[in-house]
Amino acid sequence: MRAYTPKDDVQAKAYYTDRFYVAPQVPKQDVESDAVFAADLAAIKARFEVKDAFIQVTNMVVYVNANDIYNLLEFMRDELEYTQLTEMSAIDWLAKDDTFEIFYQMLSMNKRKRIRIKYSINKGQAVDSVEKLFRSADWSEREMFDMFGIEANNHPFMKRILMPYDWQGHPLLKTYPLQGDEFAAWYEVDKIFGKEARDVIGPEIRDTARVDRYDSERFARLGYEVPKGTKITDDMEKTTQSYQEEGGVFLIKKFDKETSVVIDDPQR
Amino acid sequence: MAQHKVNYTQDGGLPVALTSIDKIVNWGRSNSLWALTYGLACCGIEMMASGASRFDFDRYGTIFRASPRQADVMIVAGTLTKKHAEFIKRLYDQMTEPRWVISMGSCANTGGMFNTYATVQGCDRIIPVDLYLPGCAPRPETLQYGVMLLQQKIRANKAGNAQKAKRLM
Repeated sequence: MRAYTPKDDVQAKAYYTDRFYVAPQVPKQDVESDAVFAADLAAIKARFEVKDAFIQVTNMVVYVNANDIYNLLEFMRDELEYTQLTEMSAIDWLAKDDTFEIFYQMLSMNKRKRIRIKYSINKGQAVDSVEKLFRSADWSEREMFDMFGIEANNHPFMKRILMPYDWQGHPLLKTYPLQGDEFAAWYEVDKIFGKEARDVIGPEIRDTARVDRYDSERFARLGYEVPKGTKITDDMEKTTQSYQEEGGVFLIKKFDKETSVVIDDPQR
Repeated sequence: MAQHKVNYTQDGGLPVALTSIDKIVNWGRSNSLWALTYGLACCGIEMMASGASRFDFDRYGTIFRASPRQADVMIVAGTLTKKHAEFIKRLYDQMTEPRWVISMGSCANTGGMFNTYATVQGCDRIIPVDLYLPGCAPRPETLQYGVMLLQQKIRANKAGNAQKAKRLM
């Protein structure tokens, strides 16, 4: 069972935690503890420089040099049967040592093993595209560019994939504010109406619980509709009109409860 | 020639109905609200359910149209992202007047749980909204009740083509 922690100040606590808190790592095992991984690592080491390698939660993690990546993945795909690139992206370590960590998650269906290839690049540095090897890298590299601003050389279509093409900033950077910077806050207003409309439309209201029943600029109360901007008081008469035929209508009798018969026997 | 035995002085007998232009025009408008098929997220699923056989929007004369040029009401069903914001404006502009907008669900109302950089914090920042439906997602009953409220709103208005000025450039 998980150890009990007090939950009464859990909401307040979130404000005081360090945003760049580094979680404790799961234990690492030696590569020699797995025969398949040990053979794979030996094959990789024979051709490429390996900085570090270990097994973490049944995955082998291998740290390599950035400029080896294309040849390494080609070798792994063709020789070591790691035929799928299931995921790739970057990790923002700019706050720690001004680098990005790029990872490639490889899967071998034959060996039933997963290897994670990792390397670090400096800020502003580009990576080599592996789109020619794995089609899945096409969109992943575009997403990496979109979210982190890391470009991939030799990519056929190095453009943003999630955010609009004219977006500024890279949202998955840890320095990017969650609720957006100045550009993001006014993006739709600037684009559709122009910057001069900012005064008319006003800033975003981030407090979703905000309700003002006396606000007749933005809301009308049901049954108490007033013209826009009218001052609302508490003692107003109901102005609702459900149907325009409320006084009765041509050819149709008004259905009313008193003169109707309620049938409560389904077997009647 | 057959003689009709109709007593024209009794109720329903006289084949004449008197009404005003406002009422008859609004009667037509409010009972044939064609909605633009505009499911943006999970609210779209509820909107589809409203249109399907169990809840049956056709009873209200609400038929979903795939073209803004044939639609009277735009039901913004789901999260409006900033990337999509220009398209909602374009679709709204393509709708013919008179036109109405229902903002369906928390995301379309206020951005909802997506208090982030990529979500428009309420679709009323882009287009004028007539009706806000709360819920995440609102049940089909809520949407149908909302359409009935919109019908009430239409009936209470004058039938003139010129819409009342709303907050929009």
